[in-house]
Amino acid sequence: MDGVMNWLTQDRVGSALVKVLLVGNVAPMLVAFLVWLERRVAAWAQDRMGPNRVGPFGLLQSFADLIKFLLKEDVLPGHVNKAMYLVAPCLAVIPPLVVLALVPFADRFAIADVDTGILAAFAFSGIGVYAIALGGWASNSKYALIGAVRASAQLISYEICLGLAALGVFIVAGTLRLEDVVKMQADGFTIHGETLHGISKFFDWNIVKQPIGAIIFLIAAFAETNRTPFDLPEAESELAAGYHTEFSSMKFALFFLGEYVAIVAMSSLFTTLYLGGWTLFGVENAFEGTTAQTLLQILIFLAKTMCVIFTFIWVRWTVPRFRYDQLMDLGWKRLMPATLAWLAATACVVAFLK
Amino acid sequence: MGVQIAFWLFAILVAGTALYAAVAPKIVHAAFSLMATFFGVAGIYAILGSDFLAVTQVLVYVGGIMVLIVFGVLLTDRVPEEYKVVAPRRWLPALIAGGLCFAAIAGALKSTVWPISSSTPLGDATSTVEGIGRSLLTDYLIPFEFASILLLVVLVGAARLARGQVR
Repeated sequence: MDGVMNWLTQDRVGSALVKVLLVGNVAPMLVAFLVWLERRVAAWAQDRMGPNRVGPFGLLQSFADLIKFLLKEDVLPGHVNKAMYLVAPCLAVIPPLVVLALVPFADRFAIADVDTGILAAFAFSGIGVYAIALGGWASNSKYALIGAVRASAQLISYEICLGLAALGVFIVAGTLRLEDVVKMQADGFTIHGETLHGISKFFDWNIVKQPIGAIIFLIAAFAETNRTPFDLPEAESELAAGYHTEFSSMKFALFFLGEYVAIVAMSSLFTTLYLGGWTLFGVENAFEGTTAQTLLQILIFLAKTMCVIFTFIWVRWTVPRFRYDQLMDLGWKRLMPATLAWLAATACVVAFLK
Repeated sequence: MGVQIAFWLFAILVAGTALYAAVAPKIVHAAFSLMATFFGVAGIYAILGSDFLAVTQVLVYVGGIMVLIVFGVLLTDRVPEEYKVVAPRRWLPALIAGGLCFAAIAGALKSTVWPISSSTPLGDATSTVEGIGRSLLTDYLIPFEFASILLLVVLVGAARLARGQVR
């Protein structure tokens, strides 16, 4: 067993393929759980029961839904642009999965450990816009096109805040590699000649060093994943279902899957950047050098990510949505200047401390 | 060997999609073909070992510039007659101009001596990101600042144009 983990954490083509299979299958599974969680939390927030019939606590509800999606008739409307119409749902799923490939789940356990880590993550999450633009355009219908234009404008606007907010972390860390960013949050920094140990290592996490950056990152992440309070792309009263109005059965399910994988990807990025990734005050090294260590680290990472995902769901069922002009105002006139000011302050502090 | 295969795959991708972007009958298809071209170029950068350049290519061209182009196309392209972007009437002057450009570039490529060195241009930097960051803020600081001022001027100018008449 230890041999297996050793092999997995090495930099080989074979181990990379195995990790791709692992992450590529676990992420959609997690999404099934996530959809169930979302509906249960929604029910809890609205004081009703939620899905509780299929399996224990209704846990198998998502699989029943999946079977429904698979068995539905796959309609190909006559008025669509066929090639683009078929490519768009695939494009919705691929970019967030690629982002997941860059996240280190444990020590030396990222599929692709690249020097440009976060830059690559942003580059690929930015491609998600194409699925929306393409899907809306190829549908060849008014609602879908207007929905697509609205959604892409929103994504482009908040991408800037997202990137700028994360930049603060890299000014502090001095590296773009996600693994180094995690390690930097765990080594315990020194105040008045005393290095932080144990639970006080919490103050080494970037959410403490970069509180405003973390909040802005989270807000921009809500907007990037089309979540309430920013779920403007889907507005039943104005746009029907927005850019995916014309998509049915599995093609719609792919858009849906892409949206939830994006939530998983954003949450794991937030965990990596601000919550110390796979580390937990030294607990992560409890089984030094064994398989259990890697497994424990993955568990810690997943637990933290689930907390962030829960925040996503919690906010969705608590905060009412914005109007479109309020959304743009918030993005361009409030968040962007705030992020720039925060960046300048961070840079000054870092330069002064050096 | 693997590098060779990857290079040829990306080269074919770049050339093929660039050609299709030029001759595609629908402007949206041309735009998305161009996106694939940018991806291919990023792949070639990655093969050559400049990971930072590859990622920046995807970030800036695929994630930024192409999105704006596609956005513009989405908002304008609704008239079936105007799908035609290629006007085959003027192909002769285009061919001559294109051929001359190609000849000039090919000649320059042929006559240049390409020194191949085994030492890395990074100096003692451990990664390309660090190396590029250092040289941008030391040796090439002035060109770097000039580029940022140019971009700022363009930004202000674009805002001025978009606002129209100032009262």
